[in-house]
Amino acid sequence: MMKEQLQKIREQAAAEIAALSDTKALDDLRVKFLGKKGELTAILKQMGSLSAEERPVMGQLANDVRTQLENAISEKAEALKAAVTEQRLKTEAVDVTMPGTKRSIGTRHPLNIVLEDLKSIFRGMGYTVVDGPEVEETKYVFDMLNTDEGHPAREPSDTFYITENTLLRTQTSSVQIRTMLKEKPPIAIISPGRVYRPDAVDGTHSPIFHQCEGLVIDKNITFGDLKGTLENFAKSLYGNDVKLRFRPHHFPYTEPSAEVDLSCFKCGGKGCSLCKGEGWIEMLGSGVVHPQVLINCGIDPNEYSGFAFGIGLERIAMMRYNIDDMRLLYENDARFLSQF
Amino acid sequence: MNLSMKWLNDYVKADMPIKDFVAGITMSGSKVETYSEMRGEVDKVVVGKVLEIKKHEDSDKLWICQVDVGQEAPIQIVTAATNVFAGAFIPVVLDGGTVIDRHNNTVAKIKKGKLRGAESCGMFCSFEELGMDNSDFPYSSADGVLILNDDPDFDKIKIGEDVLKFVGLDDISVEFEITNNRPDCLSVLGLARETSATFGLPYNVKEPTFKGAGGDINSELSVTVENPQLCSRYMAAKVKNVKIAPSPRWMVERLRASGVRAINNLVDITNFVMLEYGHPMHAFDARYVAGNKIIVRNAKDGETLKLLDDAKEPVKLSPEMLVICDAEKPMAVAGVMGGEYSGIWDDTTEVIFESACFDGVSVRRTARKVGERTEASSRFEKGLDPINAKNALYRALQLVEELGCGEVVSNVIDVDNSNKTPHKLKHDYKWVNNFLGADIPEEEQIDILERLGFEYDRANHEITVPSVRIDMNLPCDIGEEIARIYGYNKIASTIPKLSSRSRITKEQRFADKLVNIMISQGCLETMTFSFISPKSYEKIRLPEEQRKSVTLLRPLGEDTSVMRTTMIPSMTELIVRNINNRTPAGRFFELGRIYLPKSTPEELPEERDVLCIGAYGPDEDFFTLKGIVEAIFDETGINAKFSRSADPTFHTGRCADITAGNVKIGTIGELHPIVAENYGVKERIYIASLDTAAMCELADTEIRYRQLPKFPAISRDLSLVCDDSTESGEIIEIINRAGKHLEQVTLFDMYKGAGVPEGKKSLSYKLVMRREDKTMEAEEADKSVEKILKALGEKNITLR
Repeated sequence: MMKEQLQKIREQAAAEIAALSDTKALDDLRVKFLGKKGELTAILKQMGSLSAEERPVMGQLANDVRTQLENAISEKAEALKAAVTEQRLKTEAVDVTMPGTKRSIGTRHPLNIVLEDLKSIFRGMGYTVVDGPEVEETKYVFDMLNTDEGHPAREPSDTFYITENTLLRTQTSSVQIRTMLKEKPPIAIISPGRVYRPDAVDGTHSPIFHQCEGLVIDKNITFGDLKGTLENFAKSLYGNDVKLRFRPHHFPYTEPSAEVDLSCFKCGGKGCSLCKGEGWIEMLGSGVVHPQVLINCGIDPNEYSGFAFGIGLERIAMMRYNIDDMRLLYENDARFLSQF
Repeated sequence: MNLSMKWLNDYVKADMPIKDFVAGITMSGSKVETYSEMRGEVDKVVVGKVLEIKKHEDSDKLWICQVDVGQEAPIQIVTAATNVFAGAFIPVVLDGGTVIDRHNNTVAKIKKGKLRGAESCGMFCSFEELGMDNSDFPYSSADGVLILNDDPDFDKIKIGEDVLKFVGLDDISVEFEITNNRPDCLSVLGLARETSATFGLPYNVKEPTFKGAGGDINSELSVTVENPQLCSRYMAAKVKNVKIAPSPRWMVERLRASGVRAINNLVDITNFVMLEYGHPMHAFDARYVAGNKIIVRNAKDGETLKLLDDAKEPVKLSPEMLVICDAEKPMAVAGVMGGEYSGIWDDTTEVIFESACFDGVSVRRTARKVGERTEASSRFEKGLDPINAKNALYRALQLVEELGCGEVVSNVIDVDNSNKTPHKLKHDYKWVNNFLGADIPEEEQIDILERLGFEYDRANHEITVPSVRIDMNLPCDIGEEIARIYGYNKIASTIPKLSSRSRITKEQRFADKLVNIMISQGCLETMTFSFISPKSYEKIRLPEEQRKSVTLLRPLGEDTSVMRTTMIPSMTELIVRNINNRTPAGRFFELGRIYLPKSTPEELPEERDVLCIGAYGPDEDFFTLKGIVEAIFDETGINAKFSRSADPTFHTGRCADITAGNVKIGTIGELHPIVAENYGVKERIYIASLDTAAMCELADTEIRYRQLPKFPAISRDLSLVCDDSTESGEIIEIINRAGKHLEQVTLFDMYKGAGVPEGKKSLSYKLVMRREDKTMEAEEADKSVEKILKALGEKNITLR
């Protein structure tokens, strides 16, 4: 009798579990069968009326039914939960090809990207970055750099004068002079900054442009050191395959002086439109510091020697980014700036 | 400097391929800009002889010629030229050849064809079609074809030969960029010396001499130099019975390849000598030298001289200028240009040659003042050699005799105050090697120096510098000579062992930090000119007393004539440009410089770095910009205060001064509508300008870790009602003063309208309170709030 009842409960519960489809109904079902006043509990309460032989048998059966019920309920619960999750994921699906929500990030100016590269390369070699005034005295820009009265660079057609003795610096070498006057060797500096020359604005000229000049003063510095330093620099900037060519030139403040050509980084030296078929690109001016410049700054040329170089940032930036018009660098068009 | 390779080869045999010559000479220091073959586009033009000429049957204007061009059989050419005759030697361009089409400025390719049925296998050429002009062939006319029978060198002509060789177009012109320190290389001989040294070739130049036709110049001319400071040497020579005529072809050719047009033999000789020796000369017609006197003196006030150029007005002379005078008047501005009567004329019969050394600085200043920077003055201003002055004069006289254009008086006048002590320098080959970081043997160094024309005294290890080499003064100059001829690129590269170390200043770190913050806030970095138009100050309504600026003496234009004292015009301009480009919105920043003048222009201005930030667009307002600025203060630990400002550049109600402690560090605001209108836009533009040095001074960028809170916080929201004019900053200050254990006070809402009386507004704050020693009780928080409300109440600020 009790056995039939238990069987019936088992079948009835299995059928009901299979039929239901939400967690609330499942909870109700649990109470209905397994709760304190549930059907299975009610049957178990009748155990006392069974014979001693029947009791363990029925007890065993009742426990089996209970375990089966519990398992079925928890299985159903998991299935229901999975279905709910499944449903949620389905409704929450998005079009992953739609654009992301961006927080716009600013950009650096291309000239400063180049300058940062230069700074980190030279800082890595032990140089200090120094700054100086843009409105300068002629003595720091010309006189002390061996560029005497009468030198074409001093002509008003090549220099913006403020008064007879003050001007907008035409090169950042003035910072080197100020440094040598202030500090004792050893000196290893770069002086980046704005320089000014009266060139009307066009695709390749600007009255304001940017230089990064370097100066090393120490004991036993040679022309070979200048070559090695600039080769190191060029390789850091353009990679190990780049070749340098040192071409004799003249600057009043260095002797010997050299213009430095780089093997064209576009064609590797075969000749292309960038290097105008020559395979070389004129990159910078350099030289061994003229002893008179050292004397002018109170440094004994018999004890110390050094080299200097000057790099144009515009040239590097324009070639690196393929910018064909210098004006773009100063027009500050957001469509241009945001590309960097 | 344009060099004729043929001319160069007169003195040093540089017959290597032109590419090798150009590469070699560039790498030893004489930079070649470019080179071009004189033949240009002219090709396949040979000497032809007209054997037979007859009229074309179908034309009144055409002639049919049989022409010997050196081939097995004559070729037939149909021509319209009227000066062709049997027996004429004429340049013939053959089938497939090219000539210059002067009228269309193009190259014409000639092809075999038929003219009114008659076959024509080539074309007769005029000198224009060879790319030449009348000065090359004074006997010919551009209207007809070039009849070579009239040529002075007719006896050298060969039928069928490339005509370019005969007319001297078989040359190459090499254009050099000569550096300032080497005026000696602005000459054929200077470059011959460099060529000799670079390629190790013999240098074959002899000192020029002339025979003389008798006579004593002192009986015909006197020279007085009143100012030997400005004229260290003045030499004069005289040529009589001058026959003005065209120069011989070899001279015309060489001048042409050097970019100079031939004029006549006498003028050509002065030009030729200037190019060959690098020393400018002048030739006077003796008829116009009054009193047979040459006086070199300073000009007098009020003197004028009409120059040989095309200008109509005579130039005013002044006392610092050196002039060449006769007994009565100035004839030439020394080293710059002759007066209108100082030249050579077709009927000139007696010529006085001048070869002198004038002071470079004086010539340069004078040339600038009279506005004539001539070939001569640009050479004199670099400083010329007195010994070369003599060589140049003698070379000119030698050429006069060689060309047979006159009789040279046997002696010359030489007023010589120059210092001609030989210039000697010590050579220490070990020093040179140490200096260069090279290992060049002594013998090789000596060889290089000798190749360059330095006399080497082996006993004393001393060199004598050729007088034209004004650039040689110091041991390092010798080092450079050796390095450049040895080869810069053969010297080993080394890395110096620097005993210095890299340092970064506080200011540099701070600037880097500012840039990073700006980038994080979505700002594009800009780069604007540091000079602006003085009108910009008016446009941004800058108070008059702040407009004094460093002013350029000769700016490129009014719009770049003063150094900015504020970055606001630069930022405004770039934003306006972007607005006009129809870019809908933008955020920009620039770490730029302003230039604040001192009391006198001789004093250097104070240069201050400024961080200027600008924004515009539908999503920007005063508070978005303020948010950017506040990000800086949060990141740099600056305790800044914003207070209402009356800066006339900005919107009266939307502008704040930014201060920290007692220091003003900047201004922020929306541009005044009039300012925007002055720039032609209606859009709202937001700009902040911050003094970076002041900020750097105040910044506290040191990072200190604070323990995370151990006890929970209590928060309370307060919705307050206050007068419209009450500022939030004031309320926050009261709350902070009156409250206890306040960790944070934030405004989260501002409301006006229904429920809030007219003239009032409602501000809502979130207060977060926390104790560090224990959990804060609700009662304690409420007490704190009570106190705050009481304090607010005194200012008529109440709970809503």
